[in-house]
Amino acid sequence: MSSLQALTEIADETQRRRRGHLSRATARLMRKKIAVVAVGVILIIYLSGILAAPISNYVTGYEYTDQDYTSLKEPPSLKHWAGTDRAGRDIFTRLIWGVQNTVILTAVGMLSGGLVIGVSLGLISGYIGGRVDDVIMRIGEIFASFPDILLVIIIAATLRPRLLEWVRWLEDHTAVDGLVRSGVVDYMVISLALVSFGWIGMARLVRGQILVLKETQYIESARAIGLSTPRILFRHLFPNAISPIVVTVSAGMGSMVGTEIVLSWLGLGIQPPRPSLGVMLLEGGSISVLQVMPWLLIAPGVVAWLMVLAWNLLGDALNDVLNPRTR
Amino acid sequence: MRIYIVRRLALLPLMIFAVSLITFSLGHYGPGDPVRVMMGNKYDPAAAERVRSELGLNRPFYVQYGEYMWGFVQGDFGESFRYVGQPVRELIIPKMWVSAQLSIAAMIISLGVGLPLGFHIAHKQGSWQDPAAVTIALVLMSIPIMVTVPALLWIGCLKTDILPSCAGWGGFFDLRIVVPAITMGVPGIAGMTRLMRASTLDVLGQDFIRTAHSKGLGPITVDRRHVLRNASIPIVTILAFSLAGLIGGSFITERIMGIPGIGQFAVESIFNRDYPVIMAITLIGAIAFVLANLLADITYAFIDPRIRYR
Repeated sequence: MSSLQALTEIADETQRRRRGHLSRATARLMRKKIAVVAVGVILIIYLSGILAAPISNYVTGYEYTDQDYTSLKEPPSLKHWAGTDRAGRDIFTRLIWGVQNTVILTAVGMLSGGLVIGVSLGLISGYIGGRVDDVIMRIGEIFASFPDILLVIIIAATLRPRLLEWVRWLEDHTAVDGLVRSGVVDYMVISLALVSFGWIGMARLVRGQILVLKETQYIESARAIGLSTPRILFRHLFPNAISPIVVTVSAGMGSMVGTEIVLSWLGLGIQPPRPSLGVMLLEGGSISVLQVMPWLLIAPGVVAWLMVLAWNLLGDALNDVLNPRTR
Repeated sequence: MRIYIVRRLALLPLMIFAVSLITFSLGHYGPGDPVRVMMGNKYDPAAAERVRSELGLNRPFYVQYGEYMWGFVQGDFGESFRYVGQPVRELIIPKMWVSAQLSIAAMIISLGVGLPLGFHIAHKQGSWQDPAAVTIALVLMSIPIMVTVPALLWIGCLKTDILPSCAGWGGFFDLRIVVPAITMGVPGIAGMTRLMRASTLDVLGQDFIRTAHSKGLGPITVDRRHVLRNASIPIVTILAFSLAGLIGGSFITERIMGIPGIGQFAVESIFNRDYPVIMAITLIGAIAFVLANLLADITYAFIDPRIRYR
């Protein structure tokens, strides 16, 4: 028994040493100027989104609903960094609050859909194989065959009222209060819509990796010394499949940001008065507005563009660094 | 090969069943009453009840679903709830045709720029041109469509007189197709460039290319006869695949530009709870996806004899 334990420890230790691969990749990544800039942009945008409340309190000094009737439709100035809209609201403040929504939603969507569900299903599907694999992959194909983002829109459009009913009921029957006002429902609807799609690509990718990896000798030996399936899956297979996962997450975040913006642009996302990038793009997105108040479109447009671009560039750089075939 | 195709086709009914069931139940159990949307401000419970029984909306779920699917299999997609009396088929086919034309125009831009660019920079691996081209393509790809359309219209319509009128639709050979085609086509350049670059690099590293060079063939002949042919294989797959996207259209562009395409109509129907239309569009889209998928696999096997399906 003790020799088995020793073997288990050796197996895990080898695994731990292999992590060096990731830190070496990080070092290579940091040598790429574009990647460093992309990481910087992502950090700045995400931090300003997360810190929206302190920034609007101490730096800009406006709330996102504050209306200043003495400065309607003002172009960007020192007082209003990104100008004001028709109601005299500070665009910069509204932007960082809008970014906060996007940050929360894409992070939740990616973590739950892409990482937890996608990776787990991919691991199980690839490692166990057989009937389980068939079922998971067929379900994935069904979801993937829905035209484009139509399913996301259908889910978002049909789920919201029903979820709203439930939350109202919850508020009426328990001591919990203020849920509807806090916009929890909006977050739930969009996360669900994003998750329903987010896992398929990841599951397929991980499955493909695992199919190759599970034939390797170190997995065979891990099995031979009697390691449990979850242990093999998460300690031995997962770390070795991590490179493509990292690349997919980075590139996937870009499209998730895009989908979130589209949903709120259609009016299916975060509801006014809470600002969102999509609604701001809708309000500024006509030629007539562009002629008179171009900053209404340029400000949210640039932020949305930078967010998507930074993730795409990072994904591209990561692919170069982590994918040995194109290196 | 034949067995493979048959097996894949056998899965088609199963997929259609699953997709239709999900869509139908989302519509059926989801809130929002089509009759209420249909009647608008003139809502009256008694009349609503009458309309509901006329449309058969008060029958149990499985009867409605079964009846719809029975019609669908026979090519009858039912009647629209919103546009009363109009068959769904006649509503959506012209719109699909508009979207298809738009997608073709967009694809010409993506392919026309992306493929030569990818082929070119694959030969320049290591020089500044390689990362620069990919980066620029990504920069263009990341611009939100909601910004591109107004900006292009502003340039083409207000600042200059390139375009006769701003929005609308006049067919494939109308100048007004330029803005939506650019909007939808330019984001695709990045993907095409990367794909073509990767596939060309793959071929360039093969032994037979070195052989071709060493037996004295000129660089242009090697490129045309050996590199290009082999590098196009993955591209064909992608082309077959994007056929499915042809009828999908882009609802954002269509919505902003006021183009009567299928993408815009699908979203409108979701808001109107026009279930027959949503069902038809989703199902046709799903079938097209599955068939295009299969087509891609088959073309792949035809072009590259090394691939064998079992």
